[in-house]
Amino acid sequence: MLTVDIEKRLGDFALAASFNSEGVTALYGPSGSGKTSIVNMIAGLMKPDRGRIALDDLVLLDRSARINVPAAKRRIGYVFQEGRLFPHMSVKRNLDYGRWMGEHAADPAAFAHVIDLLDIGHLLDRRPGKLSGGERQRVAVGRALLMKPRLLLLDEPLASLDTGRKNEIFPYLERLRDEAKVPMIYVSHDAAEVKRIASRVVRVEGGKVTATGGMELLSQAVMPRAGGASSP
Amino acid sequence: MVLNLTSEDWTAIILSLRIASVATAVTLPFGIAVALLLARKDFWGKALVDAVIYLPLVLPPVVTGYLLLITLGRRAPVGAFLADHFGIVFSFRWTGAVISCGVMAFPLMVRAIRLSIEAIDRRLEDAASTLGANRFWAFATITLPLALPGIVAGAMLAFARALGEFGATITFVSNIPGETQTISAAIYTLTQVPGGDAAALDLVIVAVLISVAALMASEWLARRAIARMHGI
Repeated sequence: MLTVDIEKRLGDFALAASFNSEGVTALYGPSGSGKTSIVNMIAGLMKPDRGRIALDDLVLLDRSARINVPAAKRRIGYVFQEGRLFPHMSVKRNLDYGRWMGEHAADPAAFAHVIDLLDIGHLLDRRPGKLSGGERQRVAVGRALLMKPRLLLLDEPLASLDTGRKNEIFPYLERLRDEAKVPMIYVSHDAAEVKRIASRVVRVEGGKVTATGGMELLSQAVMPRAGGASSP
Repeated sequence: MVLNLTSEDWTAIILSLRIASVATAVTLPFGIAVALLLARKDFWGKALVDAVIYLPLVLPPVVTGYLLLITLGRRAPVGAFLADHFGIVFSFRWTGAVISCGVMAFPLMVRAIRLSIEAIDRRLEDAASTLGANRFWAFATITLPLALPGIVAGAMLAFARALGEFGATITFVSNIPGETQTISAAIYTLTQVPGGDAAALDLVIVAVLISVAALMASEWLARRAIARMHGI
């Protein structure tokens, strides 16, 4: 279980988030509500001003105890909105990057499984510049999975895709949820997406967690940019 | 047309190539480090550091040579210290020409590398760190290869600049055949003698050929580096 209790000031924008996550939890809210900042702090890419983040028994961050595990040591997979594949490496090198940096031995079975799960075997020798948007995101998911993460963060992984592509990639995400058994945080502003993938919802508005619960939270209208805060 | 090169001419040509190559190779690591610092870090006194590095670009080369002479010359404070404690002497040596050429070429090199580093999406390094890369490895596997075209261009610019360096070198280490007399200095010496301009022409042609070759090599290398990056 992931426990998050953090505060962060970003200019005029005050972020305060406290929630638990198990299985597949959606961070759901309008754009500019601070969802990406929250996952960045879970990943270790941004440092909260105050608070604590723990994954099961492992404390990743505790400002009062001066614990801050660096991003490179957290083993949290992160699928970014824009993929962020390394443009100078082939798809295969991108997929292998986490294993390479973690100095793990090759695991052909895991590799074959992820390739098969995401159906990216025919792309291995290509460069990211030659991939379609949907292919790019599938490779990004594969890259994050192959580092054998303790937790997988997906930050609006479909936001850069058109509706057709979204429908094409969604079955892969559902298979991932059902087969990979990795706890996930799925960030989205789209109720339909959240309904399909997540089992729990954490609603984020204006930098605050305003509700946690199940799918019933999706039917309630989300306030547009609560507090009129500017988006960080 | 056949070039009629004397053994003195050959000495000057080989010496020039040696000085320019060594000057480029020695300054390159510093050039990359300084470019990285200027591109990525904000620190107190950055504007001053910036100005000092670019100074040789705007100062008359003779002034730069003079400044080198009064710091690194045999009787100058730094020069005397190096000579007494380490036996390192720069004045009237080819190594002194390496120093003056390196100093003159440094701003061009830093500028090219800095621009290419600034053009790299820093978020790729964030992605690398979530995949387990510490700062050194993120730099070595992401930033450095992506900056390669700029590094190649910077090195070639520096090489060409070092090859053409005259004012600072002749002021700092004089014009000694076989030790500090580069192509430029040899041409200058020949033109000071009545009727010597005909003999100088051969060296002028060699200088043009080397410069064109360096330019073509840099274009080719840069294009290859860019192509590699985009996976063509």
